[in-house]
Amino acid sequence: MTHKTDVVIIGSGPVGLFAVFELGLLNLKAHLIDNLDRVGGQCAELYPEKPIYDIPAYPKITGQELTDKLISQIKPFEPTFHLNQQADSIEKVDDGWKIVTSEGTTINARCIVIAAGAGSFVPRKPPIDNIAEFEGTSVFYAVRNKELFKNKKILIVGGGDSALDWTNDLATIADVTLMHRRKEFRAAPDSVNKMLNLEKEGKIKFLHGQLKSLSGNNKMINEIKYSHEEKEYSIGVDYLLPFFGLKMELGPIANWGINLNENLIKVDTEKFETSEPSIFAIGDINTYPGKLKLILSGFHESALMAQKCFAYCYPDKKNVFRYTTSSKDLHKKLGL
Amino acid sequence: MGKIKVTDREGKLHELEADVGSTIMEIIRDAGLDIEAACGGCCACATCHVYVTNDKINELEPIDDDEESMLDQAFHVNNNSRLSCQIEYKENLENIELTLAPE
Ligand SMILES: Cc1cc2nc3c(=O)[nH]c(=O)nc-3n(C[C@H](O)[C@H](O)[C@H](O)COP(=O)(O)OP(=O)(O)OC[C@H]3O[C@@H](n4cnc5c(N)ncnc54)[C@H](O)[C@@H]3O)c2cc1C
Ligand code: FES
Repeated sequence: MTHKTDVVIIGSGPVGLFAVFELGLLNLKAHLIDNLDRVGGQCAELYPEKPIYDIPAYPKITGQELTDKLISQIKPFEPTFHLNQQADSIEKVDDGWKIVTSEGTTINARCIVIAAGAGSFVPRKPPIDNIAEFEGTSVFYAVRNKELFKNKKILIVGGGDSALDWTNDLATIADVTLMHRRKEFRAAPDSVNKMLNLEKEGKIKFLHGQLKSLSGNNKMINEIKYSHEEKEYSIGVDYLLPFFGLKMELGPIANWGINLNENLIKVDTEKFETSEPSIFAIGDINTYPGKLKLILSGFHESALMAQKCFAYCYPDKKNVFRYTTSSKDLHKKLGL
Repeated sequence: MGKIKVTDREGKLHELEADVGSTIMEIIRDAGLDIEAACGGCCACATCHVYVTNDKINELEPIDDDEESMLDQAFHVNNNSRLSCQIEYKENLENIELTLAPE
């Protein structure tokens, strides 16, 4: 499906979200793309419960609270979200850009705003040489099709929510073993208790250990070696589900022909535009003399970027600077 | 100013100057050694994983819950594993010996 909009924002972290607001005040519509299944970027993914103390006017606010407030702040502008997909490629077209995602979503927009933080969140993969051979057939970092695991031997590795939730879930249909380096878990207490009960009832097995190596053939694993307290053991399995959290990787943006400096995008400090006219970069992903990777810096960058986007989208119109407190026109846009 | 000893992934030993108040991660990173420290010391990435290889390990503050949980997302974790951003350099850590964990 092809969409058309004024601005595509790549990344729905705090800075991408606030950009919707600044663009919206100038009558510019936005679509956002994010790999994650929810918005909020690092704030929602890495530290939803941790308080932030340097958001202006909030003496204390958690990562999730900030995200929730941004969502409600931008609501009047009705942004369109394309989640669970990566912005893969961009192409120059007559009236701007064509952006295509990993799910095949195509968006035509006059401007692109890259608010990609430290890059896409991707699963942290165990450093085992031949693991790639089995990925997608015998090793999975996310569960898409449970049926595949029916009556099979599954090894789940990790101690967080994903590991525990899938252990509890798949226990009903498969022969599940959970492996972790210690018998303490950072997952929600409810899921931990549930797992411990399943273990007691003999419905799952728990093993202490860390992955060492995989062997198998035809893209299917048959044996996994693991170690615990310097001893090596092995276990026969059909499927391996490693859950070691997420890390950020720049990803496809590196191939878009934009000037980079050590994985950061160089911008000017007037419009936060990249080396490619009408592509902007804001938030943690950009660099300029004096850059600080702070949420508040990204908010400032959004406001200035939006001015220039307006000039691209409405070349013949003059943009009059107004305050949200007093402008009737802005009130209308905010739905007041 | 004190000193710490760090063995990098190629097995090369480096003696680094250490300021009281900096974290071990900052000392290693600012000396230009190859430590990713992606989250900048927020205990949110586990890419500052090191092994403490001499008896200075006994002088360290115990690992707290946050650090232990983050170590769950690291690989090749041993009994002497620590996240270097969670260790603040103090005088009693002079000559602590560390090895960078594999990537
Ligand atoms: C533990 C911790 C504590 C922190 N504390 C503070 C603090 O107290 N104060 C402060 O100001 N800052 C703090 N920060 C930093 C702050 O979180 C970042 O500055 C902020 O999240 C940057 O926002 P962003 O929108 O630029 O990028 P991010 O929040 O990194 O979001 C970027 C989003 O873009 C997505 N993405 C990237 N590439 C693509 C692609 N090609 N396709 C689709 N999606 C893509 C990613 O999946 C991600 O969701 C902290 C960070 C951490 C980890
Ligand atoms: S630097 Fe990220 S956990 Fe230490």
